[in-house]
Parts: sequence; structure tokens; C-alpha cells
Amino acid sequence: MQSLSNRSKVVSNKPMTFLERMYLPVIFGGMWITFKHLFKKNVTLQYPEEQKVFAPVYRGQHVLKRDEQGRENCTACGLCAVACPAEAITMIAGERKKGDEDKYREEKYAEVYEINMLRCIFCGLCEEACPKEAIFLTDRIVPSQYEREDFIMGKDTLVEDMNNRIDISLRQMTGKRGEK
Amino acid sequence: MIIEKLILVIVIFAVSILAALYSTLLERKAAAWFQDRIGPNRTGFFSLLQPLADGVKMFIKEDGIPLNTDKWLFIIGPGIAMFTSLITSTVIPWGPDLEIFGSKVALQIAEFDMGILFIMGVLSISVYGIMIGAWASNNKYSLYGAIRASSQMISYELAMGLIAITIIMMTGSLSLRAIVESQHGMNWNIFYQPIGFVVFFICALAETNRAPFDLAECESELIGGYHTEYGSMKLGFYLFAEYVNMFISAAIISILFLGGYNFPGMDSFSGNILAIMCLGAFFTKIVLIIFIFMWIRWTIPRFRYDQLMHLGWKKLIPIALINLMITGIIIAFTKGWFN
Repeated sequence: MQSLSNRSKVVSNKPMTFLERMYLPVIFGGMWITFKHLFKKNVTLQYPEEQKVFAPVYRGQHVLKRDEQGRENCTACGLCAVACPAEAITMIAGERKKGDEDKYREEKYAEVYEINMLRCIFCGLCEEACPKEAIFLTDRIVPSQYEREDFIMGKDTLVEDMNNRIDISLRQMTGKRGEK
Repeated sequence: MIIEKLILVIVIFAVSILAALYSTLLERKAAAWFQDRIGPNRTGFFSLLQPLADGVKMFIKEDGIPLNTDKWLFIIGPGIAMFTSLITSTVIPWGPDLEIFGSKVALQIAEFDMGILFIMGVLSISVYGIMIGAWASNNKYSLYGAIRASSQMISYELAMGLIAITIIMMTGSLSLRAIVESQHGMNWNIFYQPIGFVVFFICALAETNRAPFDLAECESELIGGYHTEYGSMKLGFYLFAEYVNMFISAAIISILFLGGYNFPGMDSFSGNILAIMCLGAFFTKIVLIIFIFMWIRWTIPRFRYDQLMHLGWKKLIPIALINLMITGIIIAFTKGWFN
């Protein structure tokens, strides 16, 4: 039967020739190959100093966005928690008090919003479910911790800082959202 | 005289330990280079402090002795391994005489008339370190490793000895210094005994239990081999003894075949400058041979056990014997015994 790739070799069991039994020519051939590798480019990435550039579709740690005036987008509708296949998201909704209009965009907001990063599978369904463009997955890596409790991230880490806004424009261009 | 020798002993032990320390670093670096990696680079310039960090790590580890072991033998084992690998450095001639304050200092601790025999003898003792340690740890994998190591060492010692005899026949002396001195300048034995060199090199690889003959510690079959049960600095001693062994066997290879401390054009120097340059030449040769050891390790996969024995008994020993015979006939002709 003819092979499709034309790369297959017929295995034969014929005895080795004298040169093959001497091992040495083959060994020198192998050593030449490894010698050439001495001068090849290293593939190592020196991690803390050099970091890999993530693809725009990369899904890392979540962010809860604020709008241009610095108000939280999230209205605690719970659609992300429902969409989450890993049940990583929990929240408690609260009513906006008078005078908090510059903090929360709508009358209802999330008093508590927690994502368990150990449960999360970074599928991005919360992002797709969100009607208010409040939650996004970013290109940040979830930092490692010593305690399991520290992986449950609350609003203090998830909500973005106004002085240090997180760019999610690439995320908005990808996937289904880009087609809109 | 005694003080001078004592200082020399300490210096040479320190040098061989230091060389072994840095060959662990070179091993890691070379492995990285051959695999397109960078290797350790976090400890100082060119990670020169890495061996120190490794040593500290070894000392900090828990030093456990398993139940049901022969405690004393378990402790003595690594010591014997270390002792036998260090003691061979006493007979190696490191260079011609140095002149310090008008007195001549021989760069050799003990000028035996039978240095090469001493080395072969110590080499055979070095099996005991491995065997005792493995026997004492009461573990079947350790014992398998030790049995492999000892049978391998015994089989390859024969071919090694036969090649050494050819060199002794050519030189007409058992003294290592005489062997070195007979290869003055570029008159190295490798040009007269190329086959002998290859056989001796292969045997040296097998004697030091290095790849492709590292069957004593092949991880996939025997976990760690003879040092499976060891931890902390006892394990460190075993691993370290291997590197000291490598250093010493590189020195012996360069003495027997590559002219020891001789280098071409050495006649135009004299006195202390010559001695220091000779030392430099000798160490360059040693480092090159160690690098070739590592190069081979990261190139060739491990031999199967039957292949190892086949190679040792059915190939190397006959080759060494025929080589010995031909050398003998040539020497007889040139000396004019048949006239």
C-alpha cells in the first residue's frame, strides 16, 4: 500500500553492517547534531523580566468596568452568575442611596461581588452574558496566593481603579462582539 | 618537607573539590546549551555562585536514615565513595617543579614508581562505596543499581587495564611522571595509540558511571539507583564523588594520551613560567575532556544492559588485546629483539 505522506519507512530486520556495529560513526553524527545546537537561538523566555505578549482573545483575570464618569456599570442583575458554568460568581444586590449617583450608574448595584478564581474556568461566558458591559476578562494573570480564601476576589480587586484604567478595547473587538 | 607536602595536599584537594563543584555548574550550563536553553543565571555573574547555592540547599535538606537499614554502613558508604575518588589525585603530576624561595617544589603529592597501578587499584576499591551504601539501604532498587554499577566497573576495568599496559609498554615505566615526560612537547601517545585512546575513553565513561553507561542510576528503571534512599549531604557526597571521579579520569586520560602538562613549543620557556603554563595547559585539557564527557551525555541515549556487557567483553577487550599484541610486536621490532 502506498503511503499518503511518502515519509514512512519500511522496517527491516536485516543485520547491522560493520560500520553500524562499530557505533562510532553514528555517535559522531549525533554529536555533530548536538554541537550545532550550541549555536542555535535560545528558546527560553526570562519570565519576570520578559513577558509573552498575549493574543487579543486571551482570557485572564476579570475586571468590573466603570463608565466615563467613574460610575460602576454593574447593576447586579445576576446574569453572569447564571451563565457561569463553574458557579464561580456570587453577588448581593443593593439599592442605590441618595447621593451615591456618582458611584453607581443605575438604581441597583452590587453590594458584594465575588469571583472564586479557583472555580473559574475562564470561559468568558459572564462577559457574553453581561447586558451592561460591566465585566470583562483581561490579559492579566491571576496572581498566586498562599491561602485558598485569597483566591476569592471581591470588589476591592475586581472593580477597576479610575486612576489606572484597564484597557479592554481589544476584548470588545474579538469574537461575537466584533461582528456587531 | 612535610609541611610543604601538607600544603600541597590541601591545595590539591581544594582544587579537585572546586573543579568538581564547578563541573556541576558546567554540566547544567552545557545541558542547557545543548538543548537551546540558557541554564542557571540567577546567582551572580554567569551564575558562578550556583554551586554554593546547591551545596547550601543540600545541607538544609532533612538527613533521614530509613528504618531497617544498617546504620553504620549507610553512613560510611558515601564517605568511601568520596574518599576513593579524592585519593587518586595524590599521584597525579600536575606540572614540572616550581621554584619557591630557592627550593624546588614538586607539583605532585606522592611520586610513586607505580602511580598507574595505584590508580587502577583505587578505581577497583571505589566499587565498595556504591556497593556498601546500596546494600545498607535495604532497598531492591538500590541493590540493583549497585550490582549493575559494580559489574559494569569490573568488566570495563579489564579493557582499561589492557590499554594502560600498552602505554606502560611504550613508556617502559609505571610512574605517571615518566609517562608524562616521555610525551614531551607534541609527542603525545594519542598519535601512536588512537584506537587505545578511543577504548580508554569509552572505559573511562563506564568507570565514572556516566551516560551512556549510567545504568546504575537510570531513573526510568531504578528510580535513583544506588542512592535512592539517600538524602541531604549524603546524597550530595555520592553525586559529588561522581564529579570528582570525572575530574580525575579526565586528568588520567590527558596524562596517558594527551601529554599531561606538555604543550607544543614548551621548550622556549623555563623555570616558574614554564611550570605555570604547564599547569594551565593541563587544566585546559582536563576541562576540554570534561566538556566532551558532558557533550556525550547529552547526545547518546543509555545503553541496554546486555549491550553494555556485549560491548565490554566481546568488543573492547578483544580490541584492547589485539592492540596490546600489535604494540608489543612493533616494540620488539624497533628494539631489535629479532635481530
